[in-house]
Amino acid sequence: MIEVLFYVFAAVALGGALGVVWAKSPVGSLLYMVATLASLACIFVLLEAHFLAAIQVIVYAGAIMVLFLFVIMLLNLGHDYQRDLKGGAFALLSFVIIGLMAGILARQFGENAITEPTAGGRAIDAALAEHGAVGAIAQPLYTTYVVPFEITGILLLVAIVGALVLAKKSSL
Amino acid sequence: MGSLQPISGPWALIAMSLKVTIIFGVVVVVVAFSTLAERRVAAWIQDRRGPNRVGPFGLLQPVADGIKNLLKEETLPATASKAFFVLAPMFVLVPSLVTFAVIPIAAPLPTPAGVVDMIIADIPIGILYVLAFSSLAVYGVVLGGWASNNKYAFLGGLRASAQMVSYEVALGLSLITVLMMSGNVTLTEVVWQQQQLGMWFVFPLSLAFILFVVSAFAETNRLPFDMPEAESELVTGYHTEYSAMKFSAFIISEFGHMVTASALMATLFLGGWDLPGTWDDAFWHEGQLISGFAQDGGAILANPAWWKTVLTFGGFAVKTSFFMLLYMWVRWTLPRFRYDQVMALGWKVMLPTALAYAMLVGGAILVLDELGVPWGFWYGLALTGVSGAATVGFMFFLDRGRTIIGAAGQSRQKVSIMSISQPAPAGD
Repeated sequence: MIEVLFYVFAAVALGGALGVVWAKSPVGSLLYMVATLASLACIFVLLEAHFLAAIQVIVYAGAIMVLFLFVIMLLNLGHDYQRDLKGGAFALLSFVIIGLMAGILARQFGENAITEPTAGGRAIDAALAEHGAVGAIAQPLYTTYVVPFEITGILLLVAIVGALVLAKKSSL
Repeated sequence: MGSLQPISGPWALIAMSLKVTIIFGVVVVVVAFSTLAERRVAAWIQDRRGPNRVGPFGLLQPVADGIKNLLKEETLPATASKAFFVLAPMFVLVPSLVTFAVIPIAAPLPTPAGVVDMIIADIPIGILYVLAFSSLAVYGVVLGGWASNNKYAFLGGLRASAQMVSYEVALGLSLITVLMMSGNVTLTEVVWQQQQLGMWFVFPLSLAFILFVVSAFAETNRLPFDMPEAESELVTGYHTEYSAMKFSAFIISEFGHMVTASALMATLFLGGWDLPGTWDDAFWHEGQLISGFAQDGGAILANPAWWKTVLTFGGFAVKTSFFMLLYMWVRWTLPRFRYDQVMALGWKVMLPTALAYAMLVGGAILVLDELGVPWGFWYGLALTGVSGAATVGFMFFLDRGRTIIGAAGQSRQKVSIMSISQPAPAGD
């Protein structure tokens, strides 16, 4: 059952990713992207990573993509649509990259396929059982990794302030 | 005690199917009748009769509305983007109806095959699931406004996205205090901790309750926050171009959001299905259904019964209906805000208050835990004092001596009506 669901959601995620590139209008691209993000969240749920799934939907699908949509609509993008990627060189390059990735995946599946839970997997199971879905991430984030976590927070703050300064300057 | 095990095997599948069917059916029927209730309450407040012609007391009015909307002509504006125009009502309808899956509606029901939890999915992320779907609900509104290719609809959609993103922040921050109290994000645990505390979270977290209710009004686009469909400015906002069943889908989803938000407020702050006293308490703790802990820390086994399930469901229904009534009551009591006032309230008042309050409650919980106060009535009472002081301070700051003091306060304000000086009559 879980395997069937995985293939369904993986198909939706891949289809959505192709749709992002192929859609004619920016709003269409954005909706395909939301579909991809949502099905990735479903795959996280299948992997028992409930918290990641919820955060994926709340932050990416629910907040960031809404802001994207807001900007696309405000600027009314998409009416001056033109092909940005031209020529056979890009097509060739993309085929090479796709071929390489498919090869890596096939190799991974054929030879080193993971069938038994690894030590890391068992540790995650233990952490989930002990702290619950949220605690399993919150516990290390606020104890072992608190310094990198806070530094990331400061980095984001600096980015926001920087964006604000740039926006103010251009309007003056 | 074989009967106190959770239900399993093929019976679990049957129980789950029944639960999904019944809860979904009940939610849809409640949504249908709340459209009638809204009109009857409006009529009652305005001293009218309201719709009372179809069926006894007008009870069949939702059926008549449904038939009318099914038979009306579907219009598709010539300049609309067709695919998004058709998709938008679906995007708005689905999130409003699936959120109910994580809300516990009654005490566990004992059956010969095992105990059935009265919740569709007790997933480990509970409240986060609700937040995730409520954040997806904005797509339908925004797309509907954009795809209509009508400037009023478009403005409504833009307002909706800005407003829902803004108030989601205050909503989430006011939830943090509830999560700090319950220690987990599942709604069953939120209910259980309120039973253990001996009082509902509305008292120890009074300011969070106020912030949550206001944010929930803004999230559901109800008056006084119905900027996206302000009919005096934007015709009807994002669904201006919609007709027949697509229009109906928007209305159903608005009421669906109201029902879900009401149930959520009842669960988070009024104890959910909990009734006063410890006779109905029940929670799965390490594989056992317990009703509390004895003095020595041992678990007291719960004693579920079908009449407890029925009574607690009644309590849940009453609490949810109260919030539904509050929605309708406020609609005819408060005038609509101006758009900039809505945004200023969200970012300059609600957000800083919610942040400061989360810090205050966190500090109070830390102090109480350090003092070794046991989780119980006195713990709740101490927090009630802290929160009550914060609430009074917040109200005083927000009011600045205008509304609460009322007419007596206003009489001190000088109101001078500038009269336009009449031109002197022409000389004789």
